[in-house]
Amino acid sequence: MMNRLLSLRDSREAAARGARRSLRWQRALPRGRSLVTAVPYGWLLLFFLLPFLFVLQISFSEVEIASPPYRALVTRAEDALHIALNLGNFTYIFGDPLYFDAYLGSLRMAAVTTLICLLIGYPVAYTIARAPEAKRNTLLMLVMLPFWTSFLVRVYAWMGILDNEGLLNHLLLSLKLIDAPLALMHTQLSVQVVMVYAYLPFMILPLFSNLVKLDGRLLEAAADLGCKPWKSFLTVTLPLSKNGVIAGSMLVFIPAVGEFVIPELVGTPESLMIGKVLWMEFFDNNNWPMAAAVTIVMVALLLVPIVYLHKREEKSLARAAKH
Amino acid sequence: MKSFETNLAYSAGAHNAKPYLQIVDVVKKFGDHTAVDHLNLSITKNEIFALLGSSGCGKSTLLRMLAGMETPTSGKIILDGEDITHLAPYERPINMMFQSYALFPHMSVAKNIAFGLKQDGLPRGEIDERVEGMLELVQMKKYAHRKPFQLSGGQQQRVALARSLAKRPKLLLLDEPLGALDKKLRQQTQLELVNLIEQVGVTCIMVTHDQEEAMTMAGRIGIMSEGQLLQVATPGEIYEHPNCRFTAEFIGETNLFGGHVIEDEPDFVRVQSTELPRPVRIGHGITGTLGMPVWLSLRPERVGVTRRQPVSHGNWAAGTVSDIAYLGGFSIFHVRLDTGKVVKASVPATRWREEAAPIWDEPVFVSWADNDAVVLTQ
Amino acid sequence: MNGKNISGFGKLSLSLVFSFLYVPILILIAYSFNASKLVTVWGGFSKQWYTVLFNDDAVVSAFGLSLQIALLSSAMSVVLGILAGLVLARFGPFQSKSLFAGMITAPMVMPEVITGLSMLLLFVEMQQWFGFPAERGVLTIWVGHVTLCMAYVTVVIRSRLVEMDRSVEEAAMDLGARPLKIFFQITLPIIAPAIASSLLLAFTLSIDDLVITAFLSGPGSTTLPQLIFSRVRLGLNPEINALATITVLAVTVLVIGANRVMVKAELRRVRLAAAT
Ligand SMILES: Nc1ncnc2c1ncn2[C@@H]1O[C@H](COP(=O)(O)OP(=O)(O)OP(=O)(O)O)[C@@H](O)[C@H]1O
Ligand SMILES: [Mg+2]
Repeated sequence: MMNRLLSLRDSREAAARGARRSLRWQRALPRGRSLVTAVPYGWLLLFFLLPFLFVLQISFSEVEIASPPYRALVTRAEDALHIALNLGNFTYIFGDPLYFDAYLGSLRMAAVTTLICLLIGYPVAYTIARAPEAKRNTLLMLVMLPFWTSFLVRVYAWMGILDNEGLLNHLLLSLKLIDAPLALMHTQLSVQVVMVYAYLPFMILPLFSNLVKLDGRLLEAAADLGCKPWKSFLTVTLPLSKNGVIAGSMLVFIPAVGEFVIPELVGTPESLMIGKVLWMEFFDNNNWPMAAAVTIVMVALLLVPIVYLHKREEKSLARAAKH
Repeated sequence: MKSFETNLAYSAGAHNAKPYLQIVDVVKKFGDHTAVDHLNLSITKNEIFALLGSSGCGKSTLLRMLAGMETPTSGKIILDGEDITHLAPYERPINMMFQSYALFPHMSVAKNIAFGLKQDGLPRGEIDERVEGMLELVQMKKYAHRKPFQLSGGQQQRVALARSLAKRPKLLLLDEPLGALDKKLRQQTQLELVNLIEQVGVTCIMVTHDQEEAMTMAGRIGIMSEGQLLQVATPGEIYEHPNCRFTAEFIGETNLFGGHVIEDEPDFVRVQSTELPRPVRIGHGITGTLGMPVWLSLRPERVGVTRRQPVSHGNWAAGTVSDIAYLGGFSIFHVRLDTGKVVKASVPATRWREEAAPIWDEPVFVSWADNDAVVLTQ
Repeated sequence: MNGKNISGFGKLSLSLVFSFLYVPILILIAYSFNASKLVTVWGGFSKQWYTVLFNDDAVVSAFGLSLQIALLSSAMSVVLGILAGLVLARFGPFQSKSLFAGMITAPMVMPEVITGLSMLLLFVEMQQWFGFPAERGVLTIWVGHVTLCMAYVTVVIRSRLVEMDRSVEEAAMDLGARPLKIFFQITLPIIAPAIASSLLLAFTLSIDDLVITAFLSGPGSTTLPQLIFSRVRLGLNPEINALATITVLAVTVLVIGANRVMVKAELRRVRLAAAT
C-alpha cells in the first residue's frame, strides 16, 4: 500500500516535472524564432518599405531652394498644423507629353526586349536543358558568366562596336557593304541591342531551371503516341514550361522598364526612357518632388507584375516543398 | 524465421508484465484532419512491436509523436513512469532511425555515430569506446572514416541503426527501417536487425507497411487504420484470429463471406450466407444472437479442392475452376461457385501426386473443416 | 529532361548566342592591348594602358572603396539572407509572412532607380529627424547594397533549404542537439556551398552596382563603377578597356573556381541520394 502511494507520488512528480520543462522549451523556441524573424524583417521594413512612404510624401511636395530641396508637407504655424498637399507634380506628369512618351517608350522598349530575349533565350535554354548531363553544367556556366561580369563593362563593350567610328562601321566599310558610316550609336536600335544583350541571362536561367525538370519520358510518350516532334513541343513542352516563360519574362520586363544606364550611354537624347527622366529630374534639375512623383507612377505601373511574379514564385516553391 | 510458438509465449508475457511505454488516448489533428484518433497502447520492456497499416493511416505521425517531432493534440505518453508528452525531442531518452536514414552527409561514419554521445557531453575516451563498440556491432569498423555518400544502401542502414543505438535509448523507433532497400537485401537484413536489437536488449517500435517484415521481426503487431489501432496481437494470432474484416483482408489473403447466424448451440453455430449454397457450421462458439449479421473469413490454404463431393467435411460447395495461378510450391485455384462467388484455394503441389490437378472449367468441390472459418462481427 | 546529343538546330542556336554574348567582350579585351589612343583603330600591341591604369590614383582609390563596401555588404547580406531564408523555409506561417516574402523578392526586380531614390529620401528624412546619418557615404551605400544583395542571397538559401532533407535536422534533434546547435553543426555545413555561391553573388552585385550607389554616395565617396561611368560618359577610353579586361578575368577565374567546388558538392549529394 505504502509502495503504491509512493510510486503514485513519483509519477505525479515526474508529470509535473515534464510539464514544467515543456513550458520552458515551448517558450524558449518562439523567442528564438521571433528574434531570427525580427532582424531581417525589421531591416526590410526600415530600409525598403518605409522609404516608399517618404517617396509618396515628397511626391506631394513642392521644390524649394533649400536643403533638402523640397517643402515640408506638414508645417506648424500659429499653433496649428498645416498640411499642404500639392498635386501639381502628378497633373504635370499626366499633362506633359514628355513624361507620357517616356513612360510609353519605356514600356514598349521593355516589352520588345522581353520578347526578343524570349525568342533567343528559349532555344538556348531548351538546348542546354536537353544536352547530355556532362556538358550541361559547362554550357550553363558559359551562359551565366556574362551575368557575373560587370553590367557597365558589358554596356561599354558595345559602345566600341556601335560607335559611329566604331568596329561595326569599320567592318562594313572595309567589306564595301556601305559607302558612309551608319549612324548606329545613340539610336533606338542601339538601346534595343544592348538591352537584349544585358538582360538575356535573366531570361535563360529561369527557363533553363524549368525545362531541365521536364521529364524526358513525357516527350517519348508523346512520340510513342504518334506525335511529331514540333507538335509534341507545342502540346507538351511549351505548356509545361509556362512557369519558366512567365518568370523569365517578368525578370526581364520589370527592371527593364526602369533601366537608366543603357539609355544614358547608348541612347538618343530625344526619346527618353523613364529611368533616365527620373535621374535627370533628380540629379540635373534637382527637382526631388518631381522625381518622387515619377517614381510613384512607375511603382504603380510595376506593382501588378511584381505581385503577380511573387505569387507565382511562392506557389511553385510551396509545391517544391511538398515533394 | 521466428516460430509462432515463441511469439505466442512472448505475447503472453507481454500481457501480464508491467507496461514500459504507455500511449494514453492520444489524438493528433492536422487542421481538421485527424491523423491519430484516440489511440491507446502499452508496450513492455524489451519488446519488439510493429505498427502495420496502409499508407497514410498515421503510423509515422504516431512514431513522430513518440520521438517528440510532433506534439499530440490531446492524450499522454508515459515512458518508464515519466510523462514525456511535452518534452522536446532532444530531452527524450528515445532515438529514432529515419526512413531516409538521415545520415549527416558532411560527417564520417564514426562522427555520425558519435554525434548523439557528444550532445550528452560524455568524456572523449568513453565516446570513442562506445563508437568503437557500435561499429563492431554493425560490422562497419572498416568504414569508420568514410562519408555516407561512399556507402551502399545497406551499409547506410547499418550506420543509421548504430547511430540511434549509440545513446542506449530507452526506446528505439524505426520508421520503415528497410523501406529503402531492395527486396532481396531486405529479407536478409530483417533477421540481422532483429538479432542486433535483441543483442542490445532495447525496447523497439517499428513502423512498416510490409506485413512480411512485421511478421518476421516483431513479437507483437498493431494493425492501424485511419488513425486507430484495430488489433494488437502476436503475428500468429493476427493471422489465425483476426478480429475484424480489415485485419483479415490486410494480413494475408482471405475469402470473406457475409451472412447471419441462424443457429446458436453451445458447441457450434451455423451461419447462412447468400454467397454459399449451404449454411456453414462453425465449430467454436461465438456469443451472439440469432440473426446477427457476421462475416466469415476463410484462408485459402484451409480450403481443399476435390473432384468428388467431400464426406469428411460438412462444409462444402460445388463450383468450376475459373482460374489457376501456378506458383511453384503451390497453386491458387479460383473456384466459381453456383452463387457466382469466387473462392480462392491455395493447394500445395504435393496434393496432386495421386491424381492430376484440375484444369480450367473443370467442375470441383471446395471444402473446409468446422474450425477453419473465423467469424467476424465487425 | 535528359537528351542524348545536341541537335543541329541546338548547335546553331548555341553558337549564335555564345558569339553574341562573347564577341563584344573579346573585342573589348583585344583593344585593351591597343597601342593607339583611338579605341577603334588597331595601332599595334602594347601594354601601356595597364601602366596608365595602375598609376591612376583615382582608379586605385575607387577600387579600394568598392572592395571595402563589397566585402562589408556581402558579409552582412549573407547573414541577413540566411536568417530570412530560415524564416521563409523553416518557420511555420505567421501573420504578415507574405508581406515579408514580398519585401524579399521586390528589390530583386525593382528598377534600381526606384530603390536608390527611395532609400536616399529615407536617409534625408532620417538626417532631419535624428541628425543621423550625418552625411551620405560608405554607411548609406552599405545599407543600400545590403538590401539589394540580401534579396538574392535569400532566394538562393531558401531554395536550398526547401530542397534539403529535413529529416537530417530532425535526426540531430532526436540525438539530443538543441535548435541553435543543429543550425551551426548540421544545417550550416550542409548548405555551405549555397552560402558560398550566394556570398560570391552578393559580392559581385555590390562591387558592380552603379545606380543605387549614385543615389546614396556622398561627395567624398566615389566607387569604381561611378568612376567608370563618369569616364565612359565622355566617350571611349582605352584605360577603361584595360580595367574592364581585368574585371572580366577576375570574375571568370572566380566563377569557374566556385563552379568547380559546387559541382563536386552537388555530385556528392546526388550520389548520396542515389544510394538510399
Ligand atoms: N505535417 C502534416 N500536416 C498535415 N497533414 C499531415 C502532416 N503529417 C501527416 N499528415 C497527414 O496525416 C495522415 C497520416 O500521415 P502519416 O505520415 O502518419 O502516414 P503513414 O501511416 O506514415 O503513411 P506512409 O505509410 O505512407 O508513410 C496523412 O493523411 C497525412 O497526409
Ligand atoms: Mg510514414
